[in-house]
Amino acid sequence: MINRILQSTEGRLAVITLAVFITMAILVPDRFLSPANLTSMAFQFPEFAILALAVAVAMLTGGIDLSVVGAANLSAVVAALFMSHFAGEGTGTGLLLAAIVLALAVGLMAGLFNGILVANFGLPPILATLGTGLIYTGLAIAMTDGSAVMGMPPAVAWLGNGTLLGIPVPLVIFAILAAVVGWTLKYTAFGLKTRMFGANPLAARYAAMDTERVLIKVYALCGTLSAIAGLIVMSRANSAKADYGSSYLLLAVLIAVLGGVNPYGGYGRIIGVVLAVLSMQFLSSGLNLLQVTNFAREMIWGVLLIAVMLINLVSFRRKS
Amino acid sequence: MKSFDWKRNEVLVFAVIVAFCVLATLRDPNFLSIPTLTDLMRNSIVLGIFAVGAMVVLVSGGIDVSFTAVAAFAMYATTVILRDLAPDMPWPLAFAIATLIGAVLGAINGVLIAFFGLPTLIVTLGTLSVFRGFLLTFVGTLQISNLPSGMRDFSRWMMVRGTNSDGSFYSLPWAFAALVIIVVATWFILNRTMLGRAIYAIGGAPESARRIGIDVRRTQFFIYVFVGALAGLAGIIHASMARISNPFDLVGLELSVIAAVVLGGARLTGGVGTLTGTLLGVALIVLVRNSLIVIGIPSTWQSVAIGVLILVGTGLPAWQAKRAEARET
Repeated sequence: MINRILQSTEGRLAVITLAVFITMAILVPDRFLSPANLTSMAFQFPEFAILALAVAVAMLTGGIDLSVVGAANLSAVVAALFMSHFAGEGTGTGLLLAAIVLALAVGLMAGLFNGILVANFGLPPILATLGTGLIYTGLAIAMTDGSAVMGMPPAVAWLGNGTLLGIPVPLVIFAILAAVVGWTLKYTAFGLKTRMFGANPLAARYAAMDTERVLIKVYALCGTLSAIAGLIVMSRANSAKADYGSSYLLLAVLIAVLGGVNPYGGYGRIIGVVLAVLSMQFLSSGLNLLQVTNFAREMIWGVLLIAVMLINLVSFRRKS
Repeated sequence: MKSFDWKRNEVLVFAVIVAFCVLATLRDPNFLSIPTLTDLMRNSIVLGIFAVGAMVVLVSGGIDVSFTAVAAFAMYATTVILRDLAPDMPWPLAFAIATLIGAVLGAINGVLIAFFGLPTLIVTLGTLSVFRGFLLTFVGTLQISNLPSGMRDFSRWMMVRGTNSDGSFYSLPWAFAALVIIVVATWFILNRTMLGRAIYAIGGAPESARRIGIDVRRTQFFIYVFVGALAGLAGIIHASMARISNPFDLVGLELSVIAAVVLGGARLTGGVGTLTGTLLGVALIVLVRNSLIVIGIPSTWQSVAIGVLILVGTGLPAWQAKRAEARET
């Protein structure tokens, strides 16, 4: 039984997640397990977890999306500018809804653009999204002159700080997105095609699959997910800025790889990404309570990324 | 056909540079002057050394994003060593230490990539944060403005110095010679040694390279050590020229460097890339970073401009290749 759990990437990850949780609970018991810390964790991780979902989906095709943070900030900046321009007296719920639609549209466009570059023009995903990431960030800088956009209606706060039946709204959003993306990848034709393309692009083309369409859809999904993450960041910060969350890109890639998604494409499960997110958040919060600096945390993330790659490699070699 | 392709990319970049200069001169006649040229050359030194390293990695079919962290690490660690242990050390020795630190850090990348076969982007993303995190956690976070005497001596050592007709000063430090030496040495390695041919070969087709007897692992290991060493040297030159050693510097520059290399025609898929193209790419990126305002584009649009250049510079050859492939089948 234990052997079976340890043999799958997700099983190992579940053990790691549990181990991190227990270690932190032992090291700082009163504070780590306090309701305040648990709730604050639930508010913190969804924003980068959603970005990690986006990166994971792109990685399934053997590509990568390095523009997620740029697309998230651009969507948030557009939404924030829109709201601060029209903000009136009331709570602005209607305005918020319009801004959400606008942000999602921006994210979708950003993703479609990536998809067209990768699928139709044949750019390597790294370079295409590196370039567009600069462009999206650059547009956000140009629109705001690099400063934060503020003055949004009060309704915005609900998205990042509110609760629904006692559960933090960002967590609800993440749970829904993870379920939907996981279901789509597992049970729909699109999901199957995505994984097949990642496993062997040439075979997918010879099987008469419209690979360009699949790729465009994948990157469009990434862009839309990024926009949602951008909205949550905007709400939590009560402002939008071109350089928010710049450390999230590394974190998102790290989580996707940690979650067992094969960077060469073809394999990856959303449950793995969710477990990776949880273990990262437990580690992050625990280290924070232990008063470890941000820089040391960055170092630990990097070490973790490489260590997990090595462990996966060793277990993969043993299997084959 | 293939050799024609890369040539076109270089010609394209050169044409864009010329167009940029013509536009800039039309708007501001003072643009075309010796100070502009020395500024361009001075700003190309560190970026250029980085780009030479990044190009070698790209040619071999990999990608390295950690070199800026290597450079910052080597630069700051060397400054700290000099300050605390040997304040009077002459600059060549200090430069050797920085290069050595860079090479050691590069060797870490090399082991992970060459001997474990991990994907280069993920490994170097990881080591980027490890090197930077280690530096800022254990070595220090405070910038050192009182540089050791050796580094100060180097920074005062000018190749060209003069006064413009309007009374402004211009100068070109000897550090520029470092770029020239590195370019010549790298050219020699790439074009006149078996090692260089091996680098192109494993980038073009790793399996074929293995079958004709190239030691792919050793070649890859050498590449990452070489890039690390170059990064270390670039780091210490950066600190000497800026006359300050700031551990937060340099990181964040990696994407601009890769942009320059890719603009110069190097392919991410490996096997293709030239030093001429790389240097032209660097010149263009430096122009965009420093002089965008001269041709009437506000500097807030800088990263959009670089992003567009990357997409056009990589998109054209990629699209041509795709069309050529479609014609063949």
